[in-house]
Amino acid sequence: MVVSGSAWGQAAVDLPFTPSGRAVTKGFPQKGPMILQRTRPPLLETPFEVFDRGVFTPNDSFYVRWHWAVIPTEIDVGTFRLSVRGHVDKELSLTLKEIVDGLPRVELAAVNQCSGNSRGFTEPRVPGAQWANGAMGNAKWMGVRLKDVLDRAGVKAGATAVRFAGLDDPVVPEAPKFMKSLALDHASDGEVMIAYAMNGEQLPLLNGFPLRLVVPGWYSTYWVKMLDRIEVLAAPDENFWTRNAYLIPDTPGGDMKPGQTGLGMVPINRMVPRSFVTNLKDGASLKAGTKTLVRGIAFGGDTGVKSVELSVDGGTNWLPTVLGRDEGKYSFRQWQAEVMPSAGNVALMVRCTNDGGLVQPAANNWNPSGFMHNGIETLHLKAA
Amino acid sequence: MEINGAALGFAVAAIAGLTLAFIGHPPVQLPAPAPTAVASSGATAFVLKSVSVDLPTSTVVFPGGATAETINANCLSCHSAGMVLTQPNLPKATWAGIVDKMIHAYKAPVDDGEMAAIVDYLATTKGSK
Repeated sequence: MVVSGSAWGQAAVDLPFTPSGRAVTKGFPQKGPMILQRTRPPLLETPFEVFDRGVFTPNDSFYVRWHWAVIPTEIDVGTFRLSVRGHVDKELSLTLKEIVDGLPRVELAAVNQCSGNSRGFTEPRVPGAQWANGAMGNAKWMGVRLKDVLDRAGVKAGATAVRFAGLDDPVVPEAPKFMKSLALDHASDGEVMIAYAMNGEQLPLLNGFPLRLVVPGWYSTYWVKMLDRIEVLAAPDENFWTRNAYLIPDTPGGDMKPGQTGLGMVPINRMVPRSFVTNLKDGASLKAGTKTLVRGIAFGGDTGVKSVELSVDGGTNWLPTVLGRDEGKYSFRQWQAEVMPSAGNVALMVRCTNDGGLVQPAANNWNPSGFMHNGIETLHLKAA
Repeated sequence: MEINGAALGFAVAAIAGLTLAFIGHPPVQLPAPAPTAVASSGATAFVLKSVSVDLPTSTVVFPGGATAETINANCLSCHSAGMVLTQPNLPKATWAGIVDKMIHAYKAPVDDGEMAAIVDYLATTKGSK
């Protein structure tokens, strides 16, 4: 099948930055309508209205991001193996059955968000996938603890990190295979998972079938898809994707000034809080003097949502909202409130404070990669 | 616009709670969360099934005829054109840095003599001052 990024025979959407036009495609397997950012390797964005439909993002709407174009299209569950090698007592080659039936099963709701989600809003503009706000999703992940797999292999004294890679490969063999690593303490914390299901179903191939690393509270670059090899390292990971890519300035929120020099750069890591209105679009009209329900989603980043607040006066006064059911500290949390608009233009702002006390900043950050965007969102509405 | 006065206190939390119950928001809810850990003995069996899919391809090329010849010949084997064509306008130095990264970090097999034509194309079609 051919998906065309510029022949608008199919549905299209305008994103709120230039160039704005994107196709909305149904051309990808196990996926419904998705905003096409790139066909190969696939970059597919979740249409934002999906986030109004529930706290969990359906698998067939969940965003997709691949680095390299050689992606297996057939996975045989009988022959697939997950290897565990390196600085261990006993190397492992695990079947899927051994993983699913042989290790304790765990479940966790967690947000998976691309490091560059919302990059298209970065000013001054930066190169990279020009995502709007849909390079994120929330799922109930089911699988096994990475710790249990590492314990089965027996991590040797002196190990410092654990590196992960999947079945995808670059077209050019000399190019750096996509790999990411975590410090051993983090990898062994009992929260990092190897997931074989999301939202009760096996993963769509494009979301990493059959196994995907789940690193709760951390950006998706660490959530290695089609995970088939785990390597315990006794020395720092020098591979390109850990040492040279996905770096942020070592400042609060990964913020710097364009052209600023002399900053240390560190691997991107914990997520920061965000919140969104999902039932109203920018530019929408409201009835003045009538109660209007405003609702949306929020997440705390690396911890839970403490509160979500609304402002209708440009951020001077903030008013509480009611939070929906708590699905766990790494999950989206729904919120809602009623507003009574008086006639005129209204700037509706929403902000999340997380359980660590971190509040979304009024101004968006800037860094040359467009990572960690989390400024307070504003909708410009008209009440009449 | 004003937040509904009642929204400032407990009363409103209760009202909103009722609203939640009556209008059925959140509109879609999955079943209540299972305990974090489920003993695998006795847990419902979960069976994975083999998957075979087709991934779509793209026929989009960089527009511009002869001026796009080099970029079309060198770049489309590793990635389709879509994401490049949706980049913002960027300074020529930024485009040069991107092409350099493609060649030296990502090992794109581009002849030295062809790099300039690719950077020129990008700076011309997607360039900013």
